[in-house]
Amino acid sequence: MQGFLTLFKKEILRFWKVAFQTVAAPVLTALLYQLIFSHVLSRHVEAYPGVSYTAFLIPGLTMMSMAQNAFANSSSSLIQSKITGNIVFLLLPPLSALEFFGAYLLASVVRGMVVGAGVLLVTAWFGLPLPANPLWVLLFAALGCGVLGTLGIIAGIWADKFDQLAAFQNFIIMPLTFLSGVFYSISGLPPLWKAVSHLNPVFYMIDGFRYGFFGQADVSPWLAAAVVAGSFLLLSAWALHLLRSGYKLRQ
Amino acid sequence: MSHAISIESVSKRFGTLQALDDISFTVAHGEFFALLGPNGAGKTTLISAMGGLSRPDSGRIRIMGHDAVSDTRAARMQLGVVPQELVFDPFFTVRETLVFQSGYFGIRHNDAWVDELLFKLGLPDKANTNMRALSGGMKRRVMVAQALVHRPPVIVLDEPTAGVDVELRQSLWAFVQELNDAGHTIVLTTHYLEEAEALCSRIAMMKKGRLIALEAKDKLLAHSASREISLKLSGPLPATLAASYQARETDGRQILVLPDIARLEDVLRELRLAAVEVRELSVHETDLEQVFVELMHGGKK
Ligand SMILES: Nc1ncnc2c1ncn2[C@@H]1O[C@H](COP(=O)(O)OP(=O)(O)OP(=O)(O)O)[C@@H](O)[C@H]1O
Ligand SMILES: [Mg+2]
Repeated sequence: MQGFLTLFKKEILRFWKVAFQTVAAPVLTALLYQLIFSHVLSRHVEAYPGVSYTAFLIPGLTMMSMAQNAFANSSSSLIQSKITGNIVFLLLPPLSALEFFGAYLLASVVRGMVVGAGVLLVTAWFGLPLPANPLWVLLFAALGCGVLGTLGIIAGIWADKFDQLAAFQNFIIMPLTFLSGVFYSISGLPPLWKAVSHLNPVFYMIDGFRYGFFGQADVSPWLAAAVVAGSFLLLSAWALHLLRSGYKLRQ
Repeated sequence: MSHAISIESVSKRFGTLQALDDISFTVAHGEFFALLGPNGAGKTTLISAMGGLSRPDSGRIRIMGHDAVSDTRAARMQLGVVPQELVFDPFFTVRETLVFQSGYFGIRHNDAWVDELLFKLGLPDKANTNMRALSGGMKRRVMVAQALVHRPPVIVLDEPTAGVDVELRQSLWAFVQELNDAGHTIVLTTHYLEEAEALCSRIAMMKKGRLIALEAKDKLLAHSASREISLKLSGPLPATLAASYQARETDGRQILVLPDIARLEDVLRELRLAAVEVRELSVHETDLEQVFVELMHGGKK
């Protein structure tokens, strides 16, 4: 338990010491998206009845930022430790796979949530209503960060080089997040794309998160929660299996 | 729990390379043990397997009686490893590094011991310096401290004095000696053979993944200097020679063990005095393994 707490604290400090890059920068990026997309698209669309496009955009952007940062936190920390070699200091002590996983996961969730809170704070004045259902908001924020944090652990264990990690990010994480209804409601999509979107777990994160704010969304929050929680459990089991087997870390 | 370290038939392959080939030996409690061998012999690979950083393909390693693979938690608590590669986490200061390392071993309030380690390793004024801002030798000292935060009974140092200046090397060895005197079992690898000779009581030598020698230091040293010569003589070997050079006969030849090749002169003189003619003489070639042993002997001078 002490091992877990220490590693968790270390992982928190690791991003907090460079919060300018790890928190402030993604918040600024989200703000720019919000400014540009709401300016370009606000006259065209009303996503849900009674919800302006600018308001609609905020939860999507927030979830996207949280997801990307949760992934970045665990994956970049692991790959850096592997490449510099200081991961030995984590492999020599008697840390269990669960402690290792839990510490990286939780630190990723914290980074994601801190970034998410920052994005909400700077974009709220675009007309975000108070959450209709704050519990759903929190649940989807935590689960969404959890899924991507876990994916970051898996990618960090798997990748041997920074460019492999970049490929994972560019070819898997980015498409999943961008094609998930961040910028639009998928109810307006042609049937094929709608069906494809329904296969994307990130879509359910964003949709459920939005439901928390507006009390309406494309699918039921229960279905969304089930899909996201299911993805989280599956990926966690995978990550734990990799850690227990020593894949790439203890050759 | 009769040995501090027990290694039984450990083998490990990297692709087609047999990095460890059926290695077996034990290290007793409180022993000061050296693991020597040329680059690529497999020393680091063996140490990685001891620390659970890699898994052997076969065989078994126990640290203080705990299996390094099936009883990892207990085994790792008993073991402190100083890795060969100079590695550090650039995000943190020296003290943070050591406090975190203590925490990974489940230790909460370790400040007194951390301070003592910093003092012993000559780093007290660097406690709050970022790891990045340390010199190479200082980083290595921090690595030694990291291996000791949990006061492990078994300490393995993989070339701890590489890139370290003379003064520190001496103070480092004094500290390690102190730990050994306090009952810690020490295993070290080094390319400075005089270090191994000065400190260690037993020496294992590896080459190409195999254990080629394992002996008490004194025996190994005596062994390395001695040579065998084989003689074909016209008459019987004088009794005085037979007694002083542990002579034995094979295939009608007398085999003599010389403690030093310079003694050949004496042997020939005595034979001449006894009017025994030498028909053939050959000095047994030292093989590569013995060359390394010789090298170690030479390092003393
Ligand atoms: N991860 C690895 N993958 C492939 N080959 C490896 C790996 N690690 C070590 N080897 C090979 O195994 C052999 C033994 O290496 P090892 O590092 O154990 O040698 P060593 O005795 O520690 O040498 P040195 O004195 O240079 O430190 C070498 O031939 C090395 O190239
Ligand atoms: Mg080595």
